Amino acid sequence: MSTEKKEKEPLFSPANVKLLTKPLNLNNPITVQVLGICSALAVTVKLKPALVMTLAVIAVTGISNLVISLLRNGIPPRIRIIVQLVVIATMVILVDQILKAFVYDVSKQLSVFVGLIITNCIIMGRLEAFAMANKPWPALLDGIGNGLGYGLILITVAFFRELFGSGTLFDYRIVPEAFYNFGYENNGLMILPPMALITVGVIIWVQRYYNRELIENK
Amino acid sequence: MYSNGYIFRYAAILVIITASLLSLAAMLLKPFQDRNRAIDKMQGILSSSGLHNIEAGKAISLFNKYIVEEDIINPEGDIVTSYTKSPKEEGEAFHVDLKKENYNKSKGKPYKLPLYIANVEGKKIYIIPMRGTGLWGPIWGNIALSDDFNTVVGVFFDHEGETPGLGAEITTENFQKQFTGKKIFDDKGNFTSIKVVKGGIKKLPPQEQIHGVDAISGGTITSKGVEAMINTTLKSYLPFIKKHNKDK
Repeated sequence: MSTEKKEKEPLFSPANVKLLTKPLNLNNPITVQVLGICSALAVTVKLKPALVMTLAVIAVTGISNLVISLLRNGIPPRIRIIVQLVVIATMVILVDQILKAFVYDVSKQLSVFVGLIITNCIIMGRLEAFAMANKPWPALLDGIGNGLGYGLILITVAFFRELFGSGTLFDYRIVPEAFYNFGYENNGLMILPPMALITVGVIIWVQRYYNRELIENK
Repeated sequence: MYSNGYIFRYAAILVIITASLLSLAAMLLKPFQDRNRAIDKMQGILSSSGLHNIEAGKAISLFNKYIVEEDIINPEGDIVTSYTKSPKEEGEAFHVDLKKENYNKSKGKPYKLPLYIANVEGKKIYIIPMRGTGLWGPIWGNIALSDDFNTVVGVFFDHEGETPGLGAEITTENFQKQFTGKKIFDDKGNFTSIKVVKGGIKKLPPQEQIHGVDAISGGTITSKGVEAMINTTLKSYLPFIKKHNKDK
């Protein structure tokens, strides 16, 4: 009894909270682990799809981490990757169906990218690196944390791309009409994927400026 | 080590559980998804008749307000059924599956041609739904003609998976607004359809510019798909247009 009690740590112990917060900055999936870049380029033209994509990825990483962690002792190692894929694919199809049923216009905008969550390396990376070796609760937190870290970057990029590319935020006009009358033009380049990559690059730069320990030693 | 038997059993059970979970979800969510698809279709029809960017919540009531008649036409150009009651989404034309009809047409079997008639600010608009192929998958849309059956009031296009930024540009207002005011017949009454011209309609002789729009750079195959879709669809309606215009 006493040993069991000793093992139990509080739900939000410092170690567990770290699982949630570390991916936001020091272990960010996009800017530090460099995972999930392709979808970060694709869905960040506007804030709304970026936000929905974030929620979808948080749901998928969190739940698949939890499921895999629950199954981790029974999964035969030889087919573990396939099992992980099956779990991810199931979650993604569920998310896709729910989006189609309740937010159809967003689902149309995200189109193929919802399906591509399956190939988002963050999810498989977290399953293989974390959920296979950890208990369900920390695994769930790790999944949500990584989803949040991914979403943070996604929304930051989408903010700049929508503001400069379309002059709007969440489709509300921000840049006043008078600016356009004076010859201000939306920057068409911001809409295109290369600028997303550059924006991500700038974010990495700023992040490393404030977190010197992230800078690789050569 | 796990035995082969265990691995097979494990995989089989996992697959059965996930499959039943997904089928259950698909069944439960289908009514909502069908509803959304119907609303999407209405928005497309309204958009081609000049009512752009209608919110999903208002689409049904506006559709019922503006669409006055839904007809099914046979290939000989006669109206088979005409539906004028409300709600308009119950009309037979609204439920015609163009994929199936296009297949029947290609096999030489009898097929149905749906037609929507809208009344927008006192003007009768004839809306013809279309379906064709783009580069990666199907494209579809509507073309709305004014009551002279010659002038295009507006168009609407949508697609399943054309390349964003290239072929997918057919859904943008900039591409679609080019069609407004174009004519599908020349002065002598010959059918010309609408050409989607690579390099721009400036290349055409002046008298033909009224029958063409600019193609999308980088979206050649999708542009050609749009042109072919308009051409083949309108051709099927020619008998109807000829009969109907004579009546007047």
